[in-house]
Amino acid sequence: MDLDAVLLARIQFAFTVSFHIIFPSFTIGLAAFIATLLVRWRITGEERFQRLAKFWTKIFAVSFAMGVVSGIVLSYQFGTNWAGFSKVTGNVLGPLIGYEVLTAFFLEASFLGIMLFGWNRVSPNLHVLSAVLVAIGTSLSAFWILAANSWMHTPAGHEIRDGIAYPLDWFAIIFNPSFPYRFAHMFTAAYLTTSIVVLAVGARYLVQKRFEEDARTMVRMGLGMVAILAPFQLVIGDLHGLNTKEYQPAKLAAMEAHWNSNEPADFILFALPNKEQNGNDYEIKVPIPGLASFVITHDFAGTFKGLNDFKPEDRPPIAPVFFAFRVMVGLGMLMILMGAVGAYFWVRGTLFQSNGYFKLMQHTWPMGFIAILAGWWVTETGRQPWLATGILRTYDAVSPAITFNAVLTTLILFVIVYTAVFSMGIYYINRLIDKGPAGAAKEPPRGQPTRPLSAAEDATREAIIGAN
Amino acid sequence: MVEMASGEAMATWLPIIWIGLLGAAVALYVVLDGFDLGIGILFPFSPEEQDRDVMMNSVAPFWDGNETWLILGGGGLFVAFPMAYGIIMSGFYLPVIIMLLALVFRGVAFEYRWVSKPNHRWWDIAFAGGSITAAFMQGIILGGLLHGLPVKDGHFAGGMLDWLQPFPLFVGFATVAGYALLGTTWLIMRTEGEVAAQAREQAPKLLLAVLAAMTIVSLWTPLSEPRIWDRWFTLPNLFYLAPIPLLTALAAFTVWRGLANHHDNAPFFGTVALFLLGFAGLAISTLPYLVPPTITIWDAAAAPSSQLFMLIGTVALLPMILGYTAFVYWTFRGKVKPGEGYH
Repeated sequence: MDLDAVLLARIQFAFTVSFHIIFPSFTIGLAAFIATLLVRWRITGEERFQRLAKFWTKIFAVSFAMGVVSGIVLSYQFGTNWAGFSKVTGNVLGPLIGYEVLTAFFLEASFLGIMLFGWNRVSPNLHVLSAVLVAIGTSLSAFWILAANSWMHTPAGHEIRDGIAYPLDWFAIIFNPSFPYRFAHMFTAAYLTTSIVVLAVGARYLVQKRFEEDARTMVRMGLGMVAILAPFQLVIGDLHGLNTKEYQPAKLAAMEAHWNSNEPADFILFALPNKEQNGNDYEIKVPIPGLASFVITHDFAGTFKGLNDFKPEDRPPIAPVFFAFRVMVGLGMLMILMGAVGAYFWVRGTLFQSNGYFKLMQHTWPMGFIAILAGWWVTETGRQPWLATGILRTYDAVSPAITFNAVLTTLILFVIVYTAVFSMGIYYINRLIDKGPAGAAKEPPRGQPTRPLSAAEDATREAIIGAN
Repeated sequence: MVEMASGEAMATWLPIIWIGLLGAAVALYVVLDGFDLGIGILFPFSPEEQDRDVMMNSVAPFWDGNETWLILGGGGLFVAFPMAYGIIMSGFYLPVIIMLLALVFRGVAFEYRWVSKPNHRWWDIAFAGGSITAAFMQGIILGGLLHGLPVKDGHFAGGMLDWLQPFPLFVGFATVAGYALLGTTWLIMRTEGEVAAQAREQAPKLLLAVLAAMTIVSLWTPLSEPRIWDRWFTLPNLFYLAPIPLLTALAAFTVWRGLANHHDNAPFFGTVALFLLGFAGLAISTLPYLVPPTITIWDAAAAPSSQLFMLIGTVALLPMILGYTAFVYWTFRGKVKPGEGYH
């Protein structure tokens, strides 16, 4: 395969995985949120919890379907485009993905059926249990896939014979050096993303003065989570950074666009990294000397490895890593701020009089998704030029037989299909949110299929007929 | 010495156990997703919205679980035979990716069709088109694999369009007909009224088409591949393997009689038996090759320690999975009536 085909194969994988990651990172949190609502409903007997659970379950169903179908694509792409990857790392990563299927996918898929269609087929407690099992399934799935992904960053517990990785210690493979941090960071990101969506939807209803009781429940639960998780995420991110400094110094140097390891680093807000000059153009720094060194080494005079310590062919692409990292951190800071402001109003007891706050909050729903994508690009682009650090370079991992035209054709197909299918999905989700939770409270009329979305179907019908 | 001997035994036996497990997963996938893909294949022949609602409702709680067996098939191949996984996926690059995109369309149609009503026409087309395309591509992959793939240095060494041959295309059509037969017999078992009546009409024609296709494949493969001829038509294999075609005839007769006598369940289970026997026949033709004509299950096997680690989990988890899969099917048992979904 020539270089252009390798680049196209990378673009294709980046495209499909970026699209995919949006949905699980939403459904991991949403499954837990729905399970929490249902458990609270069983404990308190308050109807509003069940009403909200039913409402969010509809959105969950659409998101989950998109996550499933885009995920199946990935499990086959390892082989179609990256046969070298399967050959070299299959002994180690194969079982982790196998365990994901066995412990998580079947659990989710089977109990989702009961969660969506089982309202009148099983007892309420069994129904709640199904929702809890779906939530456990989504979390287990994240556990295994992040173990596999982390191993690609910081391989451990294996040996290389004839260029192929063989497992030695499964515990060391699963709990490889970056896994605990990556898992905590990603899992928190998923919960944070969902919490912001819940908060934004609640805020939207409060601004519109619709479903106000349900909206207040959503705002309380969403804001409570954001206020706690956003600062917590900063701490985890910091620990993750220390781990990266130790195991993937080239990535960290690219994140900070830091070239020279001899001197303490200032915190760069903006710069254009210049590969020819081995330095940055148009640098804008925070006027506190050694701030980046303080962030990374917890010492203003500390030093850490710079890009000049690595041969050009061993460096990741600098600019994408540098900018994506700034987007992620910037959004994280905004999340901390919005959580803190909301918590301040809440403590003062004026939260639900703060219309201006909700007017802003209703637009915050994409923040978590953008931050996750940015973070994902930081870590995965930062791993380059390696597919599995020190074991396999990306260039050596592609399927030798795949031609430029074949990758280009399928890339175009992926872009067209995903854009069409997923923009429709997001459009339908937005419709469901517009319709609101009251629709879920309404019992479906007899003689109508009580599909999870059938109530919304009536609303959509009305909306479309009304619009015409 | 003892350790070495047991190491060798593991390297011999683990691939055999794994090909058995993988075969079981693929067989389960073919039967389970077969009937819900079949529903999509039958969609164009039932233009009434209400009938389509019933058809879709009859599989809605199961499709996601059914499709998970496909991930287990792909994942299992990656786990147990990573080299074969790489070869097969790059050898059938375009059919695999087109199949995946087709599954995207039909998968989301299960949700989108209901939220987009009454403008759901496009999702009807997506559901039918996706199901037909996915089934066709699966047949092409199966046919192409039976045909064999050129391999060099553990990688696929052929062209991107090698699968565009009469035999794989024929198996593609046969698979569409086979899944449609599973779909009709499922509808006979799980629905009433108009939908069931139409399925009863379609099923015999599909049964004849499937039997014809099975006969053609059974003749085509041994005549074109000497190793398959030797497997079936030399002594004593001929006697050992004779039960397969005989049982296939019995299964076909069960379906036929079930249809003629208006049994609800016999046609579906007869068709499942037909599929499993056909699958067994193909396995007998191909084994021990995983990628004919060069790569055996031992050539392609992952490290014994990887296969063992995964086997321990599979033995523990598979019964649980089968248990709750059965529970879901039991929960949603009984007939789906027209105009009535799941209550």
